[in-house]
Amino acid sequence: MNARAEPQLLAPLSNLHLDALEEEAIFILREVAAAFERPTLLFSGGKDSLVLLKCAEKAFGAGRIPYPLLMIDTGHNFPEVTAFRDFRAKELGAELIVRNVEDSMKRGTVRLAHPGESRNVHQSVTLLEAIEEFRFDALIGGARRDEEKARAKERIFSHRDSFGQWQPKAQRPELWTLFNTRLQPGEHFRVFPISNWTELDVWQYIEREKIALPSIYYAHQRQVVERKGLLVPVTELTPPRDGEEVVERTVRFRTVGDITCTCPVESPAADAAQVVVETLTVDVSERGATRMDDKTSDASMEKRKKDGYF
Amino acid sequence: MTADLPSVAEARAGHDHISALRFITCGSVDDGKSTLIGRLLVDSKAVLQDQLAGVQRSGETDLALLTDGLSAEREQGITIDVAYRYFATPTRKFIIGDAPGHEQYTRNMVTAASSADAAVVLVDATKLQWQNPGLELLPQTRRHSLLVNLLRVPSIVFAVNKLDAVEDPAVAFNNISGALQAFATAAGIAVRGVIPISALKGHNVVEAKPGWCGYQGPSLLQLLERLDVVAAETSEPFAFPVQWVEKFSSSADTSQGRRVFWGRVATGAIRTGQEVKVAPGGQTAIVAQVLNHVRVPGDVPAGHSAGIVLDREVDVSRGDWLLAPGAAEPSREISATIAWMDDEPLVAGRVYYALHGHRWVKARVKRIVHRLDVNTLAEADATQLEPNSIGHIELALQEPLSTLPYARSRILGSLVLVDSATHKTSGAVLVR
Repeated sequence: MNARAEPQLLAPLSNLHLDALEEEAIFILREVAAAFERPTLLFSGGKDSLVLLKCAEKAFGAGRIPYPLLMIDTGHNFPEVTAFRDFRAKELGAELIVRNVEDSMKRGTVRLAHPGESRNVHQSVTLLEAIEEFRFDALIGGARRDEEKARAKERIFSHRDSFGQWQPKAQRPELWTLFNTRLQPGEHFRVFPISNWTELDVWQYIEREKIALPSIYYAHQRQVVERKGLLVPVTELTPPRDGEEVVERTVRFRTVGDITCTCPVESPAADAAQVVVETLTVDVSERGATRMDDKTSDASMEKRKKDGYF
Repeated sequence: MTADLPSVAEARAGHDHISALRFITCGSVDDGKSTLIGRLLVDSKAVLQDQLAGVQRSGETDLALLTDGLSAEREQGITIDVAYRYFATPTRKFIIGDAPGHEQYTRNMVTAASSADAAVVLVDATKLQWQNPGLELLPQTRRHSLLVNLLRVPSIVFAVNKLDAVEDPAVAFNNISGALQAFATAAGIAVRGVIPISALKGHNVVEAKPGWCGYQGPSLLQLLERLDVVAAETSEPFAFPVQWVEKFSSSADTSQGRRVFWGRVATGAIRTGQEVKVAPGGQTAIVAQVLNHVRVPGDVPAGHSAGIVLDREVDVSRGDWLLAPGAAEPSREISATIAWMDDEPLVAGRVYYALHGHRWVKARVKRIVHRLDVNTLAEADATQLEPNSIGHIELALQEPLSTLPYARSRILGSLVLVDSATHKTSGAVLVR
């Protein structure tokens, strides 16, 4: 898994832009290690956080990542992803901190409007509780600016106030690579080393570096129902509704999150190379194809970020 | 790119050999900047169907809506902050720094320009006396061009927009491009191209439209595909700001098992056997080993990250610089151009934090020498600098810094000033 890409039989792939993106990410990961006292790296076991972890491994050497990994667990994860997350953290010898939305619900800090509600949005509360518990001053995340329009506006070092809020009108100008990391007590930064990567870059990097992913990123048979143009996976948490027909399809996940709001896409792509080709010719965005919770409003991500969401 | 999908082999071949260009777009509110970016994204297929569906207004596609993402922007019809957008062609990946053209333009444009390889300055043909060969350019065109030139963005391209909306586009383009060339020559700005475009109709944006407005050259995108990225400053002596000190490196990475000093080479290059001096400490040492950004031994040139192991124990910490002997003499006094970004004016006498490389020092604004007219860069007397203004200042530093003029090095010549009370990033400093 940690082996470098094998020499190519054909012309060597120069991948100049991947080298530049990797170098930028590593520079930022080292800056966090040096500039903050209590940083952490958010790690879900999803593809973007696995890319981030690969960059961290290269930045610091295998087994010597100088910050713990943090997972905010909604309790609604795909089992393949959770298992892979634990396996990868153990393999690296990294400290993995898991904090559960369930525990926030028991404390009464998270209250659901109804039991079946997506817990994705409530992660913010549990995240802020974890920040307070560990007094984290920098949280590294795998968000990319190409994912969503609010993200496109966010700085690489994104200042958050003592309520964890992002204030788009009061962002600090980010000049050259001179990152202003100064904080007042109680404030923190969210840091996005792969801001400038696109979905395609991520897949090209996964292919080049032979990064192992949870199996559900590749083609597999799954029971789904078709709902509003999406393929909704049939699980205990997301049963078919009255009148919906359960069908089996060959699918893969482009993005992996809370089970209650993440949908697969129909795809025969069985490895990273095939996903790269598919990504080059796809005509629906990553979120458009897969997320039930982002469709409500154009500004839903912006609103959630202002509330402390990643 | 055409509407036809490339074959898989073609697609892969191109995208495996791609390089990245960062460019900014400069224009005022109604010059068609959002439409131009929308056009680049749509015609290069960076915008996908679900995103396009989100910008349909009564059956028409409003390209400008693709780039205005925040709810406050949609409510007010304005753009608040720099956004970054991405698209790729078979030969290159592009990162657009989309800086709003109004209000806080200096702050936003300086932010976007500081990391840009190129700038596209939009010129709205319908706002000019295009029938006149000696026409006056709009102040904003001069202002945007002077700002990106001041920041040393290496490639500047003029895109003359809305030529589909004037009566005689060939005459208009001829007169406007003449005025642009004359201005650029007088201001000492090297121009990489003047292109007639219609962002609305797509002429000369992605696809060239040969002969339109009497122009036979490349489309804007074709030109952007050929521009150089910022050249690394390899001709100056070696300079290296220490970002992070790795205390106990394993012998697998370094033959010595000593401390490794990580950072990005600012100028010159570093190789084993070179002599370096620590600033501000003054000790010297010989480089025993150099690692590249992924810990592979080898020489590292400017612009890339390196890990440096020295042959002896010397006092080096984050924020120090490793320098070739005789490079960048340290000084406690700096004379600089400053772009002021804070909402409060800059007044002489205040102490700020200054960040240079990875080093923080305190800096007192000794004197405001001039305010610069942002339309002409002409100097005028001033006692304070308002938000979004530019001026010449003198700084007194608590500890000496090894700087070079910004004209010689973008990295050694740049600092930011941070307000010691609010921690806001208040000023962009360009050493003179």
